[in-house]
Amino acid sequence: MAQKITPKKTPIAEQDPIVRGKNFDEVCLGYSLEEARLEAARCLQCKTAPCIGGCPVAINIPGFIKALADGDLPKAWEVLSDATALPAVCGRVCPQETQCEGVCTVGKIKGKEPVAIGKLERFVADWKAAQPEEPVTPPAQDKGKVAVIGSGPAGLTVAGDLAKMGYKVTVFEALHEPGGVLMYGIPEFRLPKEIVRREIGNIRKLGVDVEVNSVVGRTLSMEEIRSSFDAVFIGTGAGTPHFMRLPGTNLNGVFSASEYLTRINLMHAYQFPDYDTPTRKSKKVVVFGGGNVAMDAARSALRLGADEVTIVYRRSVEELPARIEEYHHAVEEGIVFNFLTNPVEYIGDEKGYLKAVRCIRMKLGEPDASGRRRPIPIEGSEFVIEADTAVEAIGQGSNKVLLNAFPELKLNRWGYIDADEKTGETNLPGVYAGGDIVTGAATVILAMGVGRDAARSIDAYIQGKKQA
Amino acid sequence: MYKILSKRLIAPKEYDIWVEAPRVARNGKAGQFVVLRTSEKGERIPLTVADYDREGGRIRIIFQVVGKTTMAMSRLDVGDSLHDVLGPLGNPSEIENLGTVLMVGGGVGIAALYPILKELKKAGNKVITILGGRTSELVILKEECAACSDELLVTTDDGSEGIRGVVTDAMQILAERGEKIARAWIIGPTIMMKFAALKAKELGIPCWVSLNPIMVDGTGMCGCCRVTVNDEIRFACVDGPEFDGWGVNWNEFMNRMGQYKDEEKISLEKFQSEVGE
Ligand SMILES: Cc1cc2nc3c(=O)[nH]c(=O)nc-3n(C[C@H](O)[C@H](O)[C@H](O)COP(=O)(O)OP(=O)(O)OC[C@H]3O[C@@H](n4cnc5c(N)ncnc54)[C@H](O)[C@@H]3O)c2cc1C
Ligand SMILES: Cc1cc2nc3c(=O)[nH]c(=O)nc-3n(C[C@H](O)[C@H](O)[C@H](O)COP(=O)(O)OP(=O)(O)OC[C@H]3O[C@@H](n4cnc5c(N)ncnc54)[C@H](O)[C@@H]3O)c2cc1C
Ligand code: SF4
Ligand code: FES
Repeated sequence: MAQKITPKKTPIAEQDPIVRGKNFDEVCLGYSLEEARLEAARCLQCKTAPCIGGCPVAINIPGFIKALADGDLPKAWEVLSDATALPAVCGRVCPQETQCEGVCTVGKIKGKEPVAIGKLERFVADWKAAQPEEPVTPPAQDKGKVAVIGSGPAGLTVAGDLAKMGYKVTVFEALHEPGGVLMYGIPEFRLPKEIVRREIGNIRKLGVDVEVNSVVGRTLSMEEIRSSFDAVFIGTGAGTPHFMRLPGTNLNGVFSASEYLTRINLMHAYQFPDYDTPTRKSKKVVVFGGGNVAMDAARSALRLGADEVTIVYRRSVEELPARIEEYHHAVEEGIVFNFLTNPVEYIGDEKGYLKAVRCIRMKLGEPDASGRRRPIPIEGSEFVIEADTAVEAIGQGSNKVLLNAFPELKLNRWGYIDADEKTGETNLPGVYAGGDIVTGAATVILAMGVGRDAARSIDAYIQGKKQA
Repeated sequence: MYKILSKRLIAPKEYDIWVEAPRVARNGKAGQFVVLRTSEKGERIPLTVADYDREGGRIRIIFQVVGKTTMAMSRLDVGDSLHDVLGPLGNPSEIENLGTVLMVGGGVGIAALYPILKELKKAGNKVITILGGRTSELVILKEECAACSDELLVTTDDGSEGIRGVVTDAMQILAERGEKIARAWIIGPTIMMKFAALKAKELGIPCWVSLNPIMVDGTGMCGCCRVTVNDEIRFACVDGPEFDGWGVNWNEFMNRMGQYKDEEKISLEKFQSEVGE
């Protein structure tokens, strides 16, 4: 059977790199039904199905792929939605190469690429979205009341799952639109906001209330919330920018990736002046970092019309933490990569605007605690990159408003909430937490996975309390 | 939600409104602000809460028309609603009995000074207030500030009311008369805050200034509002808005305020042509 499998994944349509570098429309155009079934036929339906173990929420991958290969799309959808609340999102943004696809048996055969599991997941979710809406009767909501703080993937998953179990759930979100990073961080060209809104709409249809403009710890206190709900889930994320604190950080034109991307995504600065919020008009942009956030910032800068966009990363291409697909996309679009390089100083003009960045070359030394080789500066190798805009995408810390207003909650030594990874329990009864606010910046699917587990422990907690 | 309940023009281009916002009214304190939007495509702008009506679920906002969003706000009538109001944000002012406090306000900054002044008076301080403006009609909230002050001095550039001169002249007068001041609050246009803070330093008076940099989220997640105080980078929305006036890097602050001048102009002109103003 292995002989019949094409070595490569079924090709998928994408916008041409030259064209897409000038618009914010989605890069990947998705499979047609025919292509999807062709790709689904590459799956071996292995008995051991290592892909399931590679998936943080254990989707029955061969199950949905089989249904798809058979042309039974409703069934494929059913299998998927059994395990994941946001398949249209996950199919687009999960790092499949290190999860399901990374362990796929087909990929282990010499010269063959794994099954394109993510693209198939996306196909089924998009198919479902195009079907006429079925009327949903929200489940009865008499089992108890739960508050969810933060509307990122962690909070949304908890809310959806508990509503299905029969709880009345209220989600409190600080910003004016729910979705967390899905809304304010990941750009339209990778994850259209329409899709995020649709997924949130589905959760609302289950009877979940979403209250925006509600920053817990300010608009409402934790005491108010704890006294009016049976349990609370905290999923407030990790978006606080860490600046490198180089000389010149406060020059005009220096941004955190959070600000740069929030202006563009949440505030639609790319549609200025139709939308009111502007961002800087840049010619030469340099982005520091090597993760998804850096790729997103750089590719957004290009789409805003910059002539030259450079990513500066202190290690080499092998250590790049970004999804490999996104790195390839960035290269195709003409983003320049400066590896083994680190900034040391921002240089401004007399009016306080950035005009260049002084950088230094690095080499890789011995592996550090994370097992990655530690970059060390090469003395005397400093040089200057001209730039009117710099974006720091070097990682974020916990969102602190709630934590500062609620000191009873135990934190770990990195300033994140100390919560049980399996159950989401914190040091306070009835208070659960999960997602980036517990793990530090991680992934959508991990946030969802813990949301699912936390929903189960919240259910057990509330039912246990009632029986007592 | 966020309905405008009353609206009054209190000085040229300055409006005094009360807005329905029960949760902000319930939990807000002097020194805090809200971030609001007027429409679906609007910008998020920060404005200080000038007063709270806790029982009535209302907050008072006093704003000056300077650009697109504030102009759009000025065109809303009683009964219209703001699109979003988020708050209360920022740290409340530290209110305690310090002895004698000096309250210095200028321009629309007087709106931000007033709630702090009121609470300091309630806490038992002797309150001396200096309000400054170019001309008499630009000095707002005189009666309300006077009602909570032991002494009120007005300065105007043109001499149309009170002392002819600027707020630092009044500060000098108080110093010469030997007034022992424990702490000052200085809120107004940047240039006024800068010189009044320098004056306070010269006179050895510790002071708070309330910084109003450009903001996006207002919850500490973007770093747009960063300022340098005593050589440290701080986020005005979560670490402020009040900071040690002696330590602010004013030049940097002013540079950052001007970042979007061109775009602000485009936005305002587009709006004006749409509404025919
Ligand atoms: C630019 C960027 C690109 C990324 N790309 C990928 C990718 O390709 N694949 C992937 O898997 N992961 C990616 N990630 C990571 C992923 O998005 C996060 O791990 C995930 O969103 C975390 O989910 P969460 O629910 O924990 O928190 P978030 O998504 O951060 O949501 C938290 C929400 O809580 C709100 N909040 C905070 N404090 C309060 C409060 N006090 N009261 C009320 N609300 C509050 C915030 O406003 C926010 O909306 C990316 C992240 C970024 C920033
Ligand atoms: C904590 C805080 C409290 C404030 N309180 C008051 C108040 O009580 N009354 C009042 O009249 N004004 C107040 N301001 C200033 C007010 O936010 C700005 O005047 C307003 O944002 C201008 O918006 P615009 O669209 O009308 O003008 P724009 O055309 O956008 O800008 C005009 C001017 O406002 C500044 N500005 C622009 N956008 C922002 C932004 N998002 N955040 C902050 N400043 C900006 C610019 O530097 C520019 O100089 C406060 C600002 C802060 C940070
Ligand atoms: S490991 Fe690959 S081939 Fe095997 S079941 Fe999973 S997707 Fe199919
Ligand atoms: S406004 Fe975003 S951090 Fe202060």
